[in-house]
Amino acid sequence: MSQTTALPRWADVGLLPMVCLATALLVAGIVVALVGQNPSQVLAALVQGAFGTARGLSYTLYYATSFIFTGLAVAVAFHAGLFNIGGEGQATVGGLGTALVALWLSPVVPAWTMLPLMLLSGALFGMAWAAIPGYLQAYRGSHVVITTIMFNFLASTLLVYLLVNHLRAPGNVAIESAAFAPSAQLMPARELMGLAGVDWPGSPLNASLFLAVLACVAVYFFLWHSRSGYRLRAVGSSPGAAAYAGIQPRRHIVLAMAISGALAGMVGMNEVAGVSGKLVLEFVGGAGFTGIAVALMGRNHPVGVVLASILFGALFQGGAEVAFDVPGFSRDMVVMLQGFVVLFSGAMSYVVARPLAALLRALNLHGAKHG
Amino acid sequence: MPSLAALQMSGIHKRFGDVLANVDVSFTVVQGTLHGLIGENGAGKSTLMSVLYGMHPADSGRIAVFGKPVQIRNAQDAIACGIGMVHQHFMLVETLSALENVMLGAEPHWHLPSASAPVRQQLEALMQSTGLLVSLDAMVADLAVGDRQRLEILKALFRGARILILDEPTAVLTPQETQQLFTVLRQLRARGTTVILITHKLKEVLALCDQVTVMRAGRVVEEMPIARASVQALAQAMVGRKVHLDRPPAVHAPQRDATPVLLAQGLHLRDASGVQRLAGVGLQLRAGEIVGIAGVSGNGQSELLDVLSGLAAPDSGSLQVLGRQFANAAWLDPFTARAIGLAHVPEDRQARALVMDFEAWESAVLGYEHLPQFCRRGWMRAGAIRASTKNMMERFDVRPCQVALVSYKFSGGNQQKLVLGREIEQVPRVLLVGQPTRGVDIGAIEFVYSQLRAMRDAGCAVLLVSSELDEILALSDRVLVMVQGRISGALDIADCSEERLGLLMAGAGA
Repeated sequence: MSQTTALPRWADVGLLPMVCLATALLVAGIVVALVGQNPSQVLAALVQGAFGTARGLSYTLYYATSFIFTGLAVAVAFHAGLFNIGGEGQATVGGLGTALVALWLSPVVPAWTMLPLMLLSGALFGMAWAAIPGYLQAYRGSHVVITTIMFNFLASTLLVYLLVNHLRAPGNVAIESAAFAPSAQLMPARELMGLAGVDWPGSPLNASLFLAVLACVAVYFFLWHSRSGYRLRAVGSSPGAAAYAGIQPRRHIVLAMAISGALAGMVGMNEVAGVSGKLVLEFVGGAGFTGIAVALMGRNHPVGVVLASILFGALFQGGAEVAFDVPGFSRDMVVMLQGFVVLFSGAMSYVVARPLAALLRALNLHGAKHG
Repeated sequence: MPSLAALQMSGIHKRFGDVLANVDVSFTVVQGTLHGLIGENGAGKSTLMSVLYGMHPADSGRIAVFGKPVQIRNAQDAIACGIGMVHQHFMLVETLSALENVMLGAEPHWHLPSASAPVRQQLEALMQSTGLLVSLDAMVADLAVGDRQRLEILKALFRGARILILDEPTAVLTPQETQQLFTVLRQLRARGTTVILITHKLKEVLALCDQVTVMRAGRVVEEMPIARASVQALAQAMVGRKVHLDRPPAVHAPQRDATPVLLAQGLHLRDASGVQRLAGVGLQLRAGEIVGIAGVSGNGQSELLDVLSGLAAPDSGSLQVLGRQFANAAWLDPFTARAIGLAHVPEDRQARALVMDFEAWESAVLGYEHLPQFCRRGWMRAGAIRASTKNMMERFDVRPCQVALVSYKFSGGNQQKLVLGREIEQVPRVLLVGQPTRGVDIGAIEFVYSQLRAMRDAGCAVLLVSSELDEILALSDRVLVMVQGRISGALDIADCSEERLGLLMAGAGA
């Protein structure tokens, strides 16, 4: 009936993800050893690459920023009982919205109005892109998983079309838009830290990390402290009870998808406004899909999403370093490691939960905080 | 014949997580007897039977069947020992014929026509000797509930069951079908089959069984021959204290001449597959009375509740309630219903009345979350809600009284008290109640009854839908009987008897 594990709460939210992560590392380590590498050396290089230097840490947090947005997007939809696979497309269209308003207004508008406008436009574009599948699900019965997948393809081709045919700067060979004026540039971490008098290396990390943290707080208050959030969770958790309570399930499905899309759309602030300063192809880079794993591992809770985002950010950044540092260790091995993390902390976590519960019982820790 | 034990379970221990479901249970059934196993929900009787049937092997303990110690690790082991089980929810494939259902998993031949001939022969002989008559070529989907149950019993016997476990077999039957089942069970006993009857209907145990075992909180608390048992004694053993479920003497005469607060006329409703669920139902409800809707489940009562509470609009018909008029074009909706003082305690607690994943305080405002005391400018007032929920849970004796406990962790009875408390808190003028004590233990039943009577006495109009005749008789002032989407009879409580209602429920005589 319910997604209960036999675990007490502290073990469910704290211990279980750790054990899952450890299992994933262990299995990945075995594979690494099988191909003739030294697992501990690889792990050390990974951790060192992700957290060991200011530059590595910056990259980790830069990746995490996008994952937080897309992870939150998946989480909000999940609480309404919807599986939003369309984070990638919503982020793409959101970035398009961010870029269009920047291309239009950045030469004439100062940064303090430009950046909020870009944020708003990106969120609205992402919102619209997700609301359509939401509407189709609620009022036409088209399953949101199918439609959001298709909307990913549509978004990707739309971006290519617009860049190739309309947005490409005249005389430019590369498929990208003209660069925005400086007012549309979100402040990079190096400058921010410089304001605080700290010398920080250059990296793509930028002020949108704060935006991501703010989004987490906002999602938390929305879901657990607002009436709309209450109703949205009721719809997701028990459509029958929601109908009984006089809540309109359809309206809340569209609402959940709209919010979800807006969150995914904010990826543009990180990638377009924060990093590239122009619209390029493939700027989302799979963050929409990683967001699914992030939400899964973060148990659809903002705090969990932040932690999982940092983990995945570390895997991306540390993985790149490992591929660079350890001879013979290819980029594909990193992808495998990420795969194991997703497998064990997402899909298999309930498989791990059962022996863990038995172990806790054997150690008689089970009733400690529970009974 | 000497009283040989067909079944001996001794020292059975079973725990699920923190819950001790069976504690040192010993349970002996004499061969060729009808043995009742009773207890409240969660008393451990289902656990004990699932241990016996191999679904949840015991943590420790011994089982002997016909004097021979056995290890039962799964249902196959149980069947091999001659144990058969008829579940409360039938395990039949609706798209297969009765014969095919019996063969399923026990086909004597890979070639189905070759397999079915001997099976048919055996079954016909079995039907002859037991009186369990089922038309073997009919599709299960076309069989009546009583037929399906007989088929389940046949299936168990065909697999060589000498000990037959029946889990709440009468829950879905009319009183007449129940009598037929009892006849069959007595016949089986005469053939030497041992029958274990799990039930919460004490009268049935007294009418049918030879011996009865009472469980409470995972232990056997009483075991006696039926000659020494009485409803009062069994109920007391089950709950551990005296209970009063019978009708108390009337304290007031219902106001007959008062104008109805709810008047429904000509309600028609077809479901998605075009089946007529309501066929011209009309009823009225006055302040200060409880009107009971009796009937076997599935005769339109659920749909009637849906329509009256605004969850579904009828195809045609009209409704006048608390001074408002609704027709099928602009039907009542649940939001409006609550706003005008019509509350609904739905039949399906788990799918409707509570969001099972919500904490108690969140479930306790479901449907009322917009009220100013619970919500300000779109933000939930968690502190105020928790305080008011705590207060309500204390007054309605919801245990454990923890506002932050997740809804599904409460027992059925406590969930029901939570729902009832939520609805009664808003002082409704019309209260619709569906199956208020389904899956609710006796102690809580008593409480639910007293609350419904108190509402009635305070001037609320109560509509009670229940498939438990005892419940209808204990609470109602007037009784309507529903059969196939129609009201087949209306009786004053003074004219009601189980027999008369039973006949009306079976659709005989209007």
